[in-house]
Amino acid sequence: MTVVRYLNWLWREFKGEILVLPGRSILFFGAVALLALPLVFRHPYALRILTMASIFAIFAASWDLISGVVGQLSLGHAIFFGTAAYTSALLNLNAGLPPVVTIPLGALAAVVAGLAVGIPCLRLKGQYLSLATLAFPIILAGLVMVFSSVTGGELGVSGVTRLAPTRLKEYYVAVVAAIVLILAVWKITDSKVGIIFHAIREDEVAARASGINTPLYKVLAFCLSGLFAGLAGGLYAHYMRIAGPSTLSVLTSFQPIIWVIFGGIATIYGAVVGVFVLFPLVEVLRVAPELRMLLYAASIVLVLRFMPEGLAPWVIDRLERKCPRCKEHNAFTRRACRVCGTALRVPQEKGVPSGG
Amino acid sequence: MLGNILVNALMNAGVYAMLAVGFSLMFGVARIINLAHTAFYMVAGYCIFYLVSTAGLPLPLAILISIVAVVVLAVVVYRLLIDPMREHETTVLILTIALALVLQEAMLLWFGGYFRSVPAATAGYATILGVRVSFQYLLTLGVLAGALVAVWLVLMKTKLGLAIRATAQDREIAEVMGMDESRTATLTVAIASALAGLAGAIVAPLYILEPRMWLNPLTIVLAIAVLGGLGSLKGSLFGAAIIALAESLVVFLVPQGAFLKGAFSLGIMILVLLIRPEGLFGVAFEEER
Repeated sequence: MTVVRYLNWLWREFKGEILVLPGRSILFFGAVALLALPLVFRHPYALRILTMASIFAIFAASWDLISGVVGQLSLGHAIFFGTAAYTSALLNLNAGLPPVVTIPLGALAAVVAGLAVGIPCLRLKGQYLSLATLAFPIILAGLVMVFSSVTGGELGVSGVTRLAPTRLKEYYVAVVAAIVLILAVWKITDSKVGIIFHAIREDEVAARASGINTPLYKVLAFCLSGLFAGLAGGLYAHYMRIAGPSTLSVLTSFQPIIWVIFGGIATIYGAVVGVFVLFPLVEVLRVAPELRMLLYAASIVLVLRFMPEGLAPWVIDRLERKCPRCKEHNAFTRRACRVCGTALRVPQEKGVPSGG
Repeated sequence: MLGNILVNALMNAGVYAMLAVGFSLMFGVARIINLAHTAFYMVAGYCIFYLVSTAGLPLPLAILISIVAVVVLAVVVYRLLIDPMREHETTVLILTIALALVLQEAMLLWFGGYFRSVPAATAGYATILGVRVSFQYLLTLGVLAGALVAVWLVLMKTKLGLAIRATAQDREIAEVMGMDESRTATLTVAIASALAGLAGAIVAPLYILEPRMWLNPLTIVLAIAVLGGLGSLKGSLFGAAIIALAESLVVFLVPQGAFLKGAFSLGIMILVLLIRPEGLFGVAFEEER
């Protein structure tokens, strides 16, 4: 009996919280599709792309946490990714630890890196902060080159243990990790701490005046962001079986920025959308190898020219409508708000995005 | 040794200063962090390579044409893509990254990933402080100094310069006082890209051209602009001198220093920021809320 009631409750929650909103439904069924895909389609190349996309989705979400949600625009996110990748790889090779241990330890190293970046950056604001963060991975990359006897210099640390014994298991490790970790990031931004994070972005002075210890929360945000980026970095090192200086390069720092802003900043789901649209896009564009990056960059420029808020918010604006009274989101098909029953404007004026 | 360090530092300082002044101007007036700034420098270099090596034009004419081409490119891109997006700061950020990538790939497509070089304008060398300095170096230094002085004069002595400085200080008040803000911003973009183009043009015979050559100077220019204070011209000049000297010292004195030069100059930047968060000559902007 209890099981039936529990299932009943679960179904109602599912219907009321996920199915009712098109945006959430898309994400939910996307995740389900990702989990179910290998049952019908096991092309190794496709699995590889999706594994990488899952790992990078974690990385992108971690960038969105610090830069989008807390508003501390980081141009040097590779520091966390690279620190964790190198730490995991070196621990695995030199101490013989399995990935289950090295990835969390790598993430821990990234948290320490978060402290190292976050504390000095407390004094900085806005663009100064962004440009200062840019420096950290480059400094670390210089050190990696100098201590090449340990780090392998230009070649990196190779021969790392596989993430899991088979390709399919690796896929599932990455996808499940992505789903769990991104949900965690999303829950953080939705919690009380998350509200404080949003407040710091919107108006730091006002947040401080309300008695919030903003420096503490900013360092916390750097550490959390470092943690998730570090987990992504560790997964990456074990999946690629190498940790090289490219994990610390400027382009590694710029990648999550491109994905997240393309997908929609400060939303977390935008980060996921950005990665899962753009990462496979690069692969699809392999049909024209010479024009690949050109088309990639050009398509980003064009999309942003017409959707300055990013792809996901643009789509959501068209699929969902905000209730004018209680600010709850509603599917575009509804005539009255699902929470308070207020009549929704039908039809909406064209050309005016809602909530702008 | 000392002579080597000084000559090298002076040269780099000049190039960095040209790039950083342009970057800083653009940030100050148009409030854009233009990560494609050094990509324009690269485009100018390639443009000269094409005009000199393939089309067979004399170097001075080639330099002139490339600068004009870069300015036109920058202004068109600014008006079409960046200006309409200016309210969305983060979007502008990746627009400029994407733009730099587009330019990089375009160069890769046209010229391939090979290392290219442009023949020097003059041959021969002079000996200064016991260091062999080629005439090309001296010529470059002369052009650099001339260009920087010219920019300084434009900014300090002309009406346009006044408008640029006023807009950099306070956009709204400048507009209220009757300055056409959007025209000033466009002209600033033109000046900044002309400086980037000139920098690319004069180093083309000394450095090696390759499609990724924009990335390293970009980080250095960002470091200089932050070190000197965003939007401050004096800061850009001093910052360029400091960073260039630091780089030369590290390269010549520290074993494996070439790997560390980026790390060292960025370390200096962080140190300066920790002591003076708004840079050496930066004005703490009134928080724009």
